[in-house]
Amino acid sequence: MNRIGYYFREGVDSIFNHGLISFATVCVIVACLLIMGSFASVALNVNHIISGLEGQVSLLALVDDSWSEEEARSIESQLLAVDNVSSVTFVSRAEALEEYLGQLEESELFDEVEPDILRDRFLVYMEDVALMAGTQEQVRHVPGIAKVNAHLGIAQGMVSVRRVVNIVSIAMIVLLLAVSVFIMSNTLRLAAFTRRNEVAIVRMMGASNGFIRGPFNVEGMILGFTGALIAFLFQWALYSAVINWISASSLSFLQIIPFSVMAVPLLVCFLAIGLLVAIFGSRIAIRNYMRI
Amino acid sequence: MISLEHVYKSYENGTVAIEDVSFSMEDGEFAFLVGPSGSGKSTIIKLLTGEIASTEGRVVVNGYDMGTISRRRLPALRRTLGIIFQDFRLIENRNVYENVALAMHVYGAKNSEIKKRVPYVLGLVGLQERMWEMPRELSGGQQQRVAIARALANNPRTIIADEPTGNIDPELSAQLMTLLSKISQQGTTMLVVTHEHDLVNQFAQRVIRIVNGRVASDSKGWYQE
Repeated sequence: MNRIGYYFREGVDSIFNHGLISFATVCVIVACLLIMGSFASVALNVNHIISGLEGQVSLLALVDDSWSEEEARSIESQLLAVDNVSSVTFVSRAEALEEYLGQLEESELFDEVEPDILRDRFLVYMEDVALMAGTQEQVRHVPGIAKVNAHLGIAQGMVSVRRVVNIVSIAMIVLLLAVSVFIMSNTLRLAAFTRRNEVAIVRMMGASNGFIRGPFNVEGMILGFTGALIAFLFQWALYSAVINWISASSLSFLQIIPFSVMAVPLLVCFLAIGLLVAIFGSRIAIRNYMRI
Repeated sequence: MISLEHVYKSYENGTVAIEDVSFSMEDGEFAFLVGPSGSGKSTIIKLLTGEIASTEGRVVVNGYDMGTISRRRLPALRRTLGIIFQDFRLIENRNVYENVALAMHVYGAKNSEIKKRVPYVLGLVGLQERMWEMPRELSGGQQQRVAIARALANNPRTIIADEPTGNIDPELSAQLMTLLSKISQQGTTMLVVTHEHDLVNQFAQRVIRIVNGRVASDSKGWYQE
């Protein structure tokens, strides 16, 4: 406990001894976390929106027209047993015709048309639309299914958008994390340099590496946590402003994740990143002083 | 306890610093380690504090075999030592109290112990009244006494003083050496490195003389080239 108190006193003293550098470090951490958080927020929302759209994408499995409606309905359990199928909806010939006519402006021209010209069908929903082609193939082999229509292009497009957004976000997060560690290590390196005589003296007194690292770890953690908290508040304000702008614009149909849902995970991530940056930064900064 | 048995040290550039050095000191013994500049005294100090390892031979300090000690155990060895340097090595931006207390923080002492012990050891060196002053406000002799108090703070088994009087005037040097001698009488092994003949000759103590990296003499009494 005494040592922890000592580390805190030393760490806090060092922050104020290099006030300007400490301030600059916090600013850089705030900027990096804010950009990281913004990319992560965009990625999460794109995933959320695409997941919603993917839930509406389905395969259209047409039943052999020689099968009666009762026979056709019996296929449902076999379709549900197919890998990647989450749910199926049966649409009878009559319902299919009604739906088709509903889309036409002059449907009275088709009044004489009998439902028999259409087939019973299933709308097959999937857990993962990226696997649509494989699922289409398996559904095609279910007895009684004559044909399976799939909008593979749309599914592929959604998968591609999701993948690009995820890759860009992860790349930005990694890059900004590295920048944060670099900046933090430079600040702590300066602190270590100004205290190099003291480090040499306590080393000869029998200080362990842990004792020497302690104040630098505390300094890094305080800077990291301060940066994380400020970045969180800025992120909150920025996110709220963007939500307000979207809801007032023509994009208001987009299902944006409320900040309240993201707040706790985001804060935990920011604090964890702040801690990570502090630990790695201090390790890099004082490794030259760890030689006995 | 200090023991060196047939110790050699040569550096990577081929310089042989010491050759076949052997001597030992019992607990509570006082000895001067003397010799001209470049004779190998500093090498012996570095071997004793674990800053360097011997090329050959055996070095044992307070029960730690320096040939086999791991890097992780080295701080534990150093916490059994008190080291006094010629240039005092006080931390300039800390007051006298904090400089001494730092040694106890390293040791992991409780705050309550530190509050009691620091004024006590500063009292031993006659600086209790000045414990809130900064090192730069003290004379050279006073700064060295702070360094002695710091070395005493953890009640070490052995004190190694490397030219402790090198930066202070002769009169103060004698006072300081008397202080170290008194401390030794309390049971602390004391190895004092110096090249000051006159000072050594004021004390009838053991003198280990190093010349050209070898022990030239080891006897009680006088120091003569």
